[in-house]
Amino acid sequence: MATAQSTRTTSITVEVDDMTYTDVVEPRMLLVQYLRERLGKTGTLVGCDTTNCGACTVHLDGQSVKSCTMFAVQADGHAVTTIEGLAQGGELHPMQKAFHEKHALQCGFCTPGMIMQSIDLIKEHPDPDEHTVRDGLEGNLCRCTGYQNIVAAVQEAARTTRESAVSTTEEGAA
Amino acid sequence: MIPSAFDYHAPTSLDEALTLLAQGGDDAKILAGGQSLIPVMRLRLAGPELLIDLGRIDGLRGIEDDGDAVRIGAMTPHHDIASSALLGEHAALLCAAARTVADPQVRHRGTFGGALVHADPAGDMPAPALVLGAEFVIAGAGGIRTVSATDFFEGLFTTAVGEDEILTHVRIPKHTGWGARYEKFTRVAQQWSIVAVAATVRAEGSAIAEARVGLTNMGSVPIRAESVEAALAGCALEEAAIARACASAAEGTDPPTDTNGDADYRRHLATVLATRAVLSAAGG
Ligand SMILES: Cc1cc2nc3c(=O)[nH]c(=O)nc-3n(C[C@H](O)[C@H](O)[C@H](O)COP(=O)(O)OP(=O)(O)OC[C@H]3O[C@@H](n4cnc5c(N)ncnc54)[C@H](O)[C@@H]3O)c2cc1C
Ligand code: FES
Ligand code: FES
Repeated sequence: MATAQSTRTTSITVEVDDMTYTDVVEPRMLLVQYLRERLGKTGTLVGCDTTNCGACTVHLDGQSVKSCTMFAVQADGHAVTTIEGLAQGGELHPMQKAFHEKHALQCGFCTPGMIMQSIDLIKEHPDPDEHTVRDGLEGNLCRCTGYQNIVAAVQEAARTTRESAVSTTEEGAA
Repeated sequence: MIPSAFDYHAPTSLDEALTLLAQGGDDAKILAGGQSLIPVMRLRLAGPELLIDLGRIDGLRGIEDDGDAVRIGAMTPHHDIASSALLGEHAALLCAAARTVADPQVRHRGTFGGALVHADPAGDMPAPALVLGAEFVIAGAGGIRTVSATDFFEGLFTTAVGEDEILTHVRIPKHTGWGARYEKFTRVAQQWSIVAVAATVRAEGSAIAEARVGLTNMGSVPIRAESVEAALAGCALEEAAIARACASAAEGTDPPTDTNGDADYRRHLATVLATRAVLSAAGG
């Protein structure tokens, strides 16, 4: 019997977490599928079928996107950062540290997407009030925490990021 | 779910895209930001044989000063509209509405052109485009044509853009210094408008000189509340006077009844939201 397998394929080159990959994919392959199934980057999760939950959030050229609502071919020639690319030299990213310290997770399923979106949020709002944090996380659902500690973690990471920016500037000036 | 298989092209010129679209016929679809199309493909409610991605065509993305108007490329994402200083000065209503679309991730990918051509009756960009008198630049095999805002939105999910045509730009006549407010009513976060009112106002002293008021999700197409606009001309900047002028907001509309509310509820909402939107746009 003929299979439904498509022969329609295309070659893409994508930078993911600072490594360059070239792969042949079907155009219908979602970016999140490519990350998880081809590259084994299972840190990025899929929580829904309707572009609502945000568990799949990654950065495309530095901007947050839902990787379940993009085809891998659309990322051809672009740079993707996932939750797995945040820690540098064994040091957690300040947002990861803040989520850990403020106990901003319970089951952890929403956490990779929450962290990726929160990084985008504080880039645009370096000193966000509670409303700004909740608004900026509108596209990320958490079924456990009630969001309270997530808000606290984002504000904490924003504070440490502002402080380290100040100290870097001071070092630069010295 | 994984969408059904399709052929994919990412042309680098508009001419190439139009040729592919003509060859593809009924089975071809334009892919812009994909934030409406990909969800329906994932649910297998749509299964195009050919996708033509506009994402690699230069010149379809960006916001430019164009004399008495601001010219917006169809592929400009919602996020760029929301944060544009140029639009903030000359068409603040568009920025206000774009900020309420979906969530930040969807606003990074979803495009102005895609939202207008998709023409969801609950979509937030059509009513502001209508009341600002947008001009739609549409390319097809026969060349370029321009369609006015009053002729663009034809019906439920239907616009003047033909199957073999591409919306390339939208020109928004400048409304420099007009106050603006997009008053969107939802019950939960990240929801589509149950009803929304788009208002932009030019105040002179303690009165409204001119106002434009549009309604989202009060029918199959965006509606301009002309009787409200007429009543607002010369109206004092006072809540009671503005509320009186906005009382006719739902006149002549045929809003939907669904799980979010029935038609009467929506008519009531329209008058309440119109008053709030105009007051806020006028700086009250
Ligand atoms: C979770 C979620 C919540 C949302 N909430 C809202 C909301 O509150 N308010 C709101 O307004 N929108 C909302 N949206 C929709 C969002 O605004 C989409 O970005 C928009 O409707 C479609 O734009 P797009 O660029 O993604 O288009 P696509 O999905 O790529 O295309 C949509 C349709 O338009 C056609 N098309 C696109 N561009 C062109 C063009 N230039 N010329 C000809 N045809 C074209 C395509 O063929 C397709 O049929 C939401 C989406 C999601 C996923
Ligand atoms: S998996 Fe839910 S938004 Fe992408
Ligand atoms: S911690 Fe469980 S969903 Fe957020």
